[in-house]
Amino acid sequence: MSTYLFRRLLYLLMTVLITSLIVFAVTQWLPGDVCRILLGREAGEGALQSCRQDLGLDEPLPLQYLRWIAGFLSGDWGESYSIQTPVFEVVMKRTRNSLMLAFVTLVISVPLAVGLGVIAGLKRGKLADDAISIFSLSVVGLPEFVTGLILIQVFAFGLRRLELPALPANSSIRPEASFLEALPMLILPAMTATLVLLAYISRMTRAGVVEQLQQDYVRTATLKGLPRHVVVIKHVLRNALLPTITVIAISVGWMISGLVVIENVFNYPGLGRLLLFAIDRRDLPLMQAVVMVTVVGFALANLAADVLYALLNPRIRLGE
Amino acid sequence: MSDPSAYPVLDIQNLTVAYRQKERWLRVVHDLSLSIEAGQTYGLVGESGSGKSTLALAVIRYLGEDGAVQAGKIQLLSQDLLTLDQKQLRQVWGKQIALVPQNPASSLNPTLRVGEQLAEALRFQRGIGAGEARQHVVELLKRVQIPDPQRVADSYPFQLSGGMQQRALIAMAISVDPNLLILDEPTTNLDVTTQAVILDLLRELILEGESLRQLAVLYITHNLDVVAQICDRVGVMYAGELVEEAPVEKMFQNPLHPYTQGLLRNTPRLVLSKTSQLLQSIPGQVPSLGELPPGCTFTPRCPLAVEICEQHPVSERVGEDHWVRCHRWEEIVSGAVQVWGTGADTRSTHHDKSRDAAEVLKLKGVRVQFLTSRSLGEFVRREPPEVVQAVDGVSLVVERGETLGLVGESGSGKTTLARAVVGLVENREGSIHLLSIELPERLSQRQLRCLRHLQMVFQNPEEALNPHLTVGESLLRPYITLLGKPSQQAEREVSHLLVAVRLPPSYKERIPRQLSGGEKQRVAIARAFAANPDLLIADEPVSSLDVSVQAAVLNLLKKLQHEHDTSLIFISHNLAVVRYLADRIVVMYLGNLMEVAASKALFEPPFHPYTEALLSAIPSGEVGVEARPIRLGGEIPSPSEIPSGCPFHPRCPHYLGQICAVETPPWQTDERTGKRYYCHIPPEKLCASQSPIMALQ
Repeated sequence: MSTYLFRRLLYLLMTVLITSLIVFAVTQWLPGDVCRILLGREAGEGALQSCRQDLGLDEPLPLQYLRWIAGFLSGDWGESYSIQTPVFEVVMKRTRNSLMLAFVTLVISVPLAVGLGVIAGLKRGKLADDAISIFSLSVVGLPEFVTGLILIQVFAFGLRRLELPALPANSSIRPEASFLEALPMLILPAMTATLVLLAYISRMTRAGVVEQLQQDYVRTATLKGLPRHVVVIKHVLRNALLPTITVIAISVGWMISGLVVIENVFNYPGLGRLLLFAIDRRDLPLMQAVVMVTVVGFALANLAADVLYALLNPRIRLGE
Repeated sequence: MSDPSAYPVLDIQNLTVAYRQKERWLRVVHDLSLSIEAGQTYGLVGESGSGKSTLALAVIRYLGEDGAVQAGKIQLLSQDLLTLDQKQLRQVWGKQIALVPQNPASSLNPTLRVGEQLAEALRFQRGIGAGEARQHVVELLKRVQIPDPQRVADSYPFQLSGGMQQRALIAMAISVDPNLLILDEPTTNLDVTTQAVILDLLRELILEGESLRQLAVLYITHNLDVVAQICDRVGVMYAGELVEEAPVEKMFQNPLHPYTQGLLRNTPRLVLSKTSQLLQSIPGQVPSLGELPPGCTFTPRCPLAVEICEQHPVSERVGEDHWVRCHRWEEIVSGAVQVWGTGADTRSTHHDKSRDAAEVLKLKGVRVQFLTSRSLGEFVRREPPEVVQAVDGVSLVVERGETLGLVGESGSGKTTLARAVVGLVENREGSIHLLSIELPERLSQRQLRCLRHLQMVFQNPEEALNPHLTVGESLLRPYITLLGKPSQQAEREVSHLLVAVRLPPSYKERIPRQLSGGEKQRVAIARAFAANPDLLIADEPVSSLDVSVQAAVLNLLKKLQHEHDTSLIFISHNLAVVRYLADRIVVMYLGNLMEVAASKALFEPPFHPYTEALLSAIPSGEVGVEARPIRLGGEIPSPSEIPSGCPFHPRCPHYLGQICAVETPPWQTDERTGKRYYCHIPPEKLCASQSPIMALQ
């Protein structure tokens, strides 16, 4: 187990290192001169020179990289070009928002998708299976802004028209809002994200259940005279959900930064919109920071999945 | 309910079971009746595809959605099993019927501890607490002779050997005190010595259960020798029907149905050797579902088939308790017709030593090591990785035209040794010479010429052929790549080759999916002989095939080897098969050679103690013969911890004391038989304590 974890941790560090190199390289290749963007078109050559010196842009690239990565590790993420505040603060606030949204999405989507996947797997070839498959596959095909708008129409405007308690259509929370304050506004974006994830997670779960049901040990368990639900929960799911864990972990990574469209539809201040903003303004430090946070988030989610997988799988836990 | 002993425990009447395949219902079991009384062990014999496992699944009502009982009745102690609802069925499952399955490894939940898997049945069925259940589990594990029940209960299935897993499943089956115990090929996937121990255990438990609880046993197997040892009554199944049914003695002494006779005579026996006769095989194969002939289902393969056989025969009573389903049984009984020829093959294919004693293969001090991966702690402490010594210093010579049998249990290193010769392992030490040319370690470093001289046939024909190439394309490759023949000539050769392995030339166009297992193995053998190799290595080439097909493939191998004057290394765990083919036999244990002997001499004392144990593990195939007494204790040790001194000493029944544990044994030569073996005990002393395994012809 320790070897396994050590290796996984090494993978994580390598992933982050390599992506940091890529991020750094890509920002080097972006067209346009940072100082010209900062100082404007009218700036003289002298002013540009001293600006480049201030930002360290005249130093050799490896040195620039090391300086950047060292700063990143020590929490000095530089100052945003466009909003003139420390990048660290902005990104951390947005990260917190993104994590809140990801958390609510997970709470809604995992039980729902796994539950539907298990039902579909147990009822393979029956009506319930077909219905679940068709539903989840048809919503995954729709773009998020369409599903988002439909949910707004139903749960925000529709319920209000019926004079029922409705969910807010706009999710622009205050920066210092607590989780409980923000919760009502998180539900609709989380539901939208759930519709996207539903197909992936439930199909994976279904495949796992179908595969495990055919295993000999299920027959052994059934022949002990155990009730069906005990066989399914204690024996089948324990094995069937192992691959699903990995899929869920990957979706967590996606939820941290990939919800650009959903954040826009609901006006939610998450990392995705921040990245869009940074790209729009050519705000390099901000861009780099958001991407790095995403990468680290992705890697941590995968590490968590590996640890969980190992804990549930004695072959890995006890080392083969 | 009236007195239960008045009823048979299991009573099957006119049962028909079908499977749905693409909207078609295919009959798997047809109009089958049998009954098993309390205290009886019923052996159900047949090849794969005969429907015997389907019958078992129907009895336990576990056919799945695509299977259905279309007609008939199954009664357990007068209770109709087919009308039970799920809730009643669970009562039957948990209390009255138990199954010991074929694949112990996959029949245990990989993510639950063995103890928990045993305990949950007890907790649920008897409503006892966790602590009490645990005690029961330990008791049960003791009853199936597991030496350290506490540890096994706390283990996950993957931490146990196949034999231990099967014991745990047997413990699970007897934990419910069933009325009916179904054993579905319970020892098929186990090693010979493990199989022997498990069979002893089963026999003991069955005797105990029969006397105490009026247990009835349904024993499903393709191995007739096991049936002879353990069953009271035998039913032979073919294509979904019982073709013959009789008490075990009658079945073995006086088999009537041509299929039963065929099965009995094409099992390789220890009495058969290469010089004596050719194995008889039943031509053709079990018909596939949905292609059953209208009359007697055995007609296409039966040497006695006549016009009347186009009509479906009924099961007729021959003696008091002997039934047969054959139109011509009366002629067979009276001796008016004989089913199979005498089969004596006077042509000796025995390797003639004086003719040409050229060395084809020479191994000297071959060692193969695998390194295991280290844990983090070991890595940090800079401990060297654990070394698994798969082959531990083997020296051997194979002569031209000779067949060398390589025998050993799994973990003995026999396959690794073969892979080293073929060039599929790393970290090999020692030298390997093929036709006096030293072979480099890796296949990729060898010259094309060497590849041509050395070919291999693998255990599993399903995986040995490229599924996307036609048979013709597969067979063309060696001609073009190894021999560099022009394609037209090669095409012609392929046709000859197919004829040589007794496949119609039209098979050139087929892809592997369209062939049966036996046919695939024939193609694989044809491909191996295409390059006309000097040495062929066959690794368990028949162990995944049905009995009736095995014989045909073995005969084919023997014939081609003789024609091409090829040397053959034949690897098997089945001593009877090896004896049938080999000139010389080598016994391996934990990467070491234990004994080298001429094929016949191996079966005469003095035996190396390990050989003796291997030989006595083989079911005799004779009714009423008690199992011979030598059983190995414990498990084969891990090759990473090969015992000091003689590697066999911890399990050796002839253990002398300190000397065996400390000193490497010498190679002893027995003057009389000419065999050489690796042991501290000299031949005279060994001979004194050993008896011949079986009278030899």
